[in-house]
Amino acid sequence: MIRDLRYLFRSLSLLDLMRGLLVTGRRLTSRKLTLRYPNETTPKSPRFRGLHALRRYPDGEERCIACKLCEAVCPALAITIESEERSDGTRRTTRYDIDLFKCVYCGFCEEACPVDAVVETDIHEFHFERAGDQIMTKEDLLRIGDRYEKRIAEHRAPDVADP
Amino acid sequence: MGFQALLFYALAAVLLTAAVATVTLRCMVRAALCLILAFFTAAMLWMLLHAEFLSILLVLVYIGAVLVLFLFVVMMVERETPAEQRAPFRLSAALVALLMIAELLAVLGSEDFGPAQEVPSTIGSNTQALGAVLYTEYALAFEAAAVALLIAIVGAIALTLRERGEQHRQKPSEQTQASKQERLRLTDGRTEPPC
Amino acid sequence: MFDWTTDAAVWLRVAEILLHSIFILVPLLVVVAYYTYAERKVIGYIQMRLGPNRVGPRGLFQPIADALKLITKEVVQPQQANRGLFYIAPLAALVPALGGWAVIPFDEGVWLADVDAGLLYVLALTSLGAYGIIIAGWASNSRYALLGAMRQAAQVVSYEIAMGFALVGVLMLAGSLNLSAIVLAQSGGVLSWFFLPLLPLFVVYLVSGVAETNRAPFDVVEGESELVAGFHVEYSGAGFTLFFLAEYSAMTLVAALTAILFFGGWLSPFEGWAWAEGLPVLDSGIHWWVLKTAFFMYCFLWFRATFPRYRYDQIMRLGWKAFIPVTLIWIFVLGVAQHLIGVVR
Repeated sequence: MIRDLRYLFRSLSLLDLMRGLLVTGRRLTSRKLTLRYPNETTPKSPRFRGLHALRRYPDGEERCIACKLCEAVCPALAITIESEERSDGTRRTTRYDIDLFKCVYCGFCEEACPVDAVVETDIHEFHFERAGDQIMTKEDLLRIGDRYEKRIAEHRAPDVADP
Repeated sequence: MGFQALLFYALAAVLLTAAVATVTLRCMVRAALCLILAFFTAAMLWMLLHAEFLSILLVLVYIGAVLVLFLFVVMMVERETPAEQRAPFRLSAALVALLMIAELLAVLGSEDFGPAQEVPSTIGSNTQALGAVLYTEYALAFEAAAVALLIAIVGAIALTLRERGEQHRQKPSEQTQASKQERLRLTDGRTEPPC
Repeated sequence: MFDWTTDAAVWLRVAEILLHSIFILVPLLVVVAYYTYAERKVIGYIQMRLGPNRVGPRGLFQPIADALKLITKEVVQPQQANRGLFYIAPLAALVPALGGWAVIPFDEGVWLADVDAGLLYVLALTSLGAYGIIIAGWASNSRYALLGAMRQAAQVVSYEIAMGFALVGVLMLAGSLNLSAIVLAQSGGVLSWFFLPLLPLFVVYLVSGVAETNRAPFDVVEGESELVAGFHVEYSGAGFTLFFLAEYSAMTLVAALTAILFFGGWLSPFEGWAWAEGLPVLDSGIHWWVLKTAFFMYCFLWFRATFPRYRYDQIMRLGWKAFIPVTLIWIFVLGVAQHLIGVVR
């Protein structure tokens, strides 16, 4: 009986609803947590693995020697490599494709690479506009490497410095 | 021909078209929508007669509530009746139609159905006038109608509300009254075996 | 034949009414456009976000960008949809929501029409708004849309009764169906506004208003978690825009009516207080009505940001088993009180 009356009072007085409204009402003026994204970014881990790139030696020679270790280790089978002997007798890739839709960004390829040729940069803001664009060819990857070489080197500096 | 007459003829044309469409359309939903249009135009005609209270009431009650439920039902069962199933109803339908026409003619022809008195124009809003008459002179009829409606409501509820034994019903009032102590028992997990 | 010369005065009057309607509708549509912006901002702020802030300063041009986007989008017509009704439905939803503004008194003597049965007129128009949604649900030839329409039909009919009963209380106190008369009956400062003696009815009216406009927490008609988008699944581009406009102008109308019926419309809360006499802003005027309406418009957003959606059977239960009894009891209490005090109008 008393319990029923208490229930009746509580549901008719709408106290619970008022309390809910107070909670949200208080939030209205509280500090906003939104990050103004393109202008502000959150800090990224130094180990962040993003877009792939192929690097060159300082003299402009491409590092990749077509050992195909990355292709072998890739768990998603995202890498396709074909190779040929170049005129100077060294072995070089004629094709180096990474399908970024298959890629799981695990970083095994860069770990497997004996010459630090294929790397994952810290770039994560990229997109494709047509189907098929997601397959990065050797030229694409080298271009990314050339363009962001400084950034890549900085990104990897902490690891390289390790004894 | 003044502005009012122009409005009247336009509305009357719409009303007649909608009424004919209501009867002739095969698709029931469209017929119901035409009926709505017919009611609405009739309400507008009443508005032209300065019977704004009745006119708005027609919109509110018939269009706003009754026909919504009509549409509700019609949409659920919406299917065209095949011609052979319609055939048996032809005769009875014609009889009903004739009867209705006869009744209407009788009403229109007789002198008993004219206005009982001229509406005095000084009375202010006809809402007030209507209320005054309804709750004084015709109070008994009004109350009787109210009681009849109440009985109908109770009857409708009694017909649909039946407890079936095997049915499990939620009782929200009990659910919301539940307290933590009733639903939650804390044990230390060792002294008592889990139930 | 039609005599144009003698009826010139009538035609002039018609033209004048049309002009006045435009003066009401254009600001209204601007308000509605910015209501969508306000909704996103307010809900964003309540969720500790910033809301739209990219288009123009503080995102102020967002509604314009949205409108341009919606209007230029392709209008997709589903196969086997009922062509005529499919395009009539958005209009049928919008027209009643705009039509209600004809009788709204903005200030002393500032209105389009001073209808004697104004309150009934508004009530009738809000109930007509249901048809747009029902027709849309049926004409789309989609199960989701039809289910949304069914829910709408049952919900509107149920809450209309509670709403009507809540307004009976207003009628009893004001003794008139005329909206400006109702406002004037509340003159005498904040203590003589109707929300005090009619507190339960005011709550019922406001909540029924939220339910009638299908706003959260009563938005099962759209119910994106179970019905995708309910009645407007099949609508894109302009049709969708019209439904959007209809919903928001109906909300604005309910907010305006709440301000008029229970909070004294354009009357100042300081009316009759000696110290406030003659002060320019504290005097009665349209700004008070705007302020009150804006508050109730904000309440719609506040409710949406606070309450989770009701289950459908709970909505029906609330309407029939809670609101209608509450209103009936309060009407009875009111009648007895009026008889005892002897202020029957």
